[in-house]
Amino acid sequence: MIRAHVLICGGTGCTSSGSVDIQKAFADNIEAFGLSEEVKVVQTGCFGLCALGPVVIVYPDGTFYSRVTTDDVKEIVEEHLLKGRKVERLIYSDTGEEAADIDITNVALNDTAFYKSQNRVVLRNCGVINPESIDEYIAMDGYAALGKVLTEMTPEDVIKTITDSGLRGRGGGGFPTGRKWALTAPNKADQKYVVCNADEGDPGAFMDRSVLEGDPHCLVEAMTIAGYAIGATEGYVYVRAEYPIAVKRLQKAIDDAREYGLLGKNIFDSGFDFNLHIRLGAGAFVCGEETALMTSIEGNRGEPRPRPPYPAVKGLFGKPTVENNVETFANVPQIILRGADWFASMGTERSKGTKVFALGGNINNTGLVEIPMGTTLRHIIDDIGGGIPNGKKFKAAQTGGPSGGCIPESLIDTEVDFDNLTAIGCMMGSGGLIVMDEDTCMVDMAKFFLEFTVDESCGKCTPCRVGTKRLLELLDKITDGKGTLEDVDKLEELCNYIKQNSLCGLGQTAPNPVLATLKFFREEYVAHVVDKKCPAGVCKNLLTFTIDQDKCIGCGLCARNCPVSAISKTDYVAPGHKLPSYTIDAEKCIKCGVCLGNCKFKAISKI
Amino acid sequence: MKSLAELQAIKEKMKNKVVLREGSADIRVVVGMATCGIAAGARPVLNALVEAVNESNLADKVTVSQTGCVGLCQYEPIVEVYEAGKEKVTYVKMDADKAKRVVEEHLKGGKIVADCTIAAFNA
Repeated sequence: MIRAHVLICGGTGCTSSGSVDIQKAFADNIEAFGLSEEVKVVQTGCFGLCALGPVVIVYPDGTFYSRVTTDDVKEIVEEHLLKGRKVERLIYSDTGEEAADIDITNVALNDTAFYKSQNRVVLRNCGVINPESIDEYIAMDGYAALGKVLTEMTPEDVIKTITDSGLRGRGGGGFPTGRKWALTAPNKADQKYVVCNADEGDPGAFMDRSVLEGDPHCLVEAMTIAGYAIGATEGYVYVRAEYPIAVKRLQKAIDDAREYGLLGKNIFDSGFDFNLHIRLGAGAFVCGEETALMTSIEGNRGEPRPRPPYPAVKGLFGKPTVENNVETFANVPQIILRGADWFASMGTERSKGTKVFALGGNINNTGLVEIPMGTTLRHIIDDIGGGIPNGKKFKAAQTGGPSGGCIPESLIDTEVDFDNLTAIGCMMGSGGLIVMDEDTCMVDMAKFFLEFTVDESCGKCTPCRVGTKRLLELLDKITDGKGTLEDVDKLEELCNYIKQNSLCGLGQTAPNPVLATLKFFREEYVAHVVDKKCPAGVCKNLLTFTIDQDKCIGCGLCARNCPVSAISKTDYVAPGHKLPSYTIDAEKCIKCGVCLGNCKFKAISKI
Repeated sequence: MKSLAELQAIKEKMKNKVVLREGSADIRVVVGMATCGIAAGARPVLNALVEAVNESNLADKVTVSQTGCVGLCQYEPIVEVYEAGKEKVTYVKMDADKAKRVVEEHLKGGKIVADCTIAAFNA
């Protein structure tokens, strides 16, 4: 009889930090201690706290072990599973109370600040079930929503429920999902399609991957429901080829669902047929744009096409098509089971439900969080994210990746939802949330995203292909210290031109990082062009490294480590020192910063 | 899958296997499993408890887990029952049969098995 479950995270983050070996070590040790009949090892999807991986949770206590290594496994098995003594040194706790005041061994996962204020709807099964077991999904009410839809509801009922719930597209646009379905359903055609956009391309975003890896059946179920609602019998999931674990688990989910008769012909004896196929994306960012994605599924080069006609009328293979993002679909079964009112009770006036964010950048708890719409940015960063490392000050948060903007410190109390972010010139985007501290140069940040869009522009329309390139050249000029104030104005003008004239979402949003930083951090641009200084000390060509000759004790460590031999000895011996000090030749210096890191006497500075 | 009944059957069958992970049980049964407990025979007690709880379909109400040394080594194997709003009950010198009685009479029937409690041994 099984009395304990050991859950090991099998998400991409923990897999790359060695969770596969840890799983094997658990299996070996559990057998060695003769516990095979009593303890079960389960591989799950992402728990969300990727910064602390590999993560292991032991149930029924819910003990949360972080940063587990294969060397720790024997101790956990022998101490915890055999003798009931939790291995304290590996237990994660961030309850915020003094360690002495709490009994750490009684801290369960849901008590930690990271999880306490989360509300897991989309991620409810991630880190709880084995994603490769259809039975475990069914045990968690899986496919009950599909059963309800096919036996009790008409397609109109389904669309009405989704519309009433207020669910909006989680891929970034925020278009009401119910309306999208309602626009597609009445269109007559011999074939219609449901398409899932799992081409998650924003740098730093991994919400969709985690759902695919942690709860793939949820997507299968939701797409089948969508098919019934709009009258489609075929579905395609377009997944990035860079997500091998997600693809493997989704394929297994589709195969298992087919075997159980939850996909295929006459599901639940209702006369409704539905089939799902996976298509792999080969890595072009533009394929996350809905029309380019469909062009790619059709077997053509992934390029967007002009709208109208909209996909609801003429989509995949020229047929009426509904396309939604993974996270949007993942909400659907829960809305059907628990009702539109339940979903609409979460969130703000016009943004209902929850949103998953991938927290990254200068923040302590890197990982995945799901919070109700309307949570303030301050709460996300300070409480859930655990604040900014090394006592640095918050500068800005970037949302929406290369299409998004940034939120400066003055707006940190903004309640995060679709409309509030749009109002401040930002966008929700797909959910990447990159936190930046005071050492980040905003011009450099804008340049980073521009480099990305220049690479990823498909080249079909001129404003995007040529315009983004010119934008990048202007930014290069500014960060090289060669810019003028006219360049800053020109930058702004060109941004607006590209926004208005590009064919698809990629080009229309590509200037957003520049526009947002110009809006909130214009003084940094001015510092780069007028004072020829980078206030954050990032832009290399605006920095000079100097040695304070009175602090230099003449140890020579900097000179020995300089890769271009730019540092040499002088004749000057500072008062109180025995050896002559060193100096940096600005002409030769490549500003790599090695000397700065090596000097133990803080004699080197960059200005 | 032809009917909701089929789906329900799979769910029922699997429910006991994942309910462990919900941790929402009202009653917590803890077995002392330090060296002293194991030496005194705590493992058969633990296994009997887990089995009996599952057989009685109490898995969603009762969590069986283990703990280290309680500090009363001469009374091992020790089983403690925690229930919200009630005083803790400590059973001592347990064996598999007594464990089954605890599940049947106490956890299911709501009546403390008085002759197995620490009070009975102290009296």
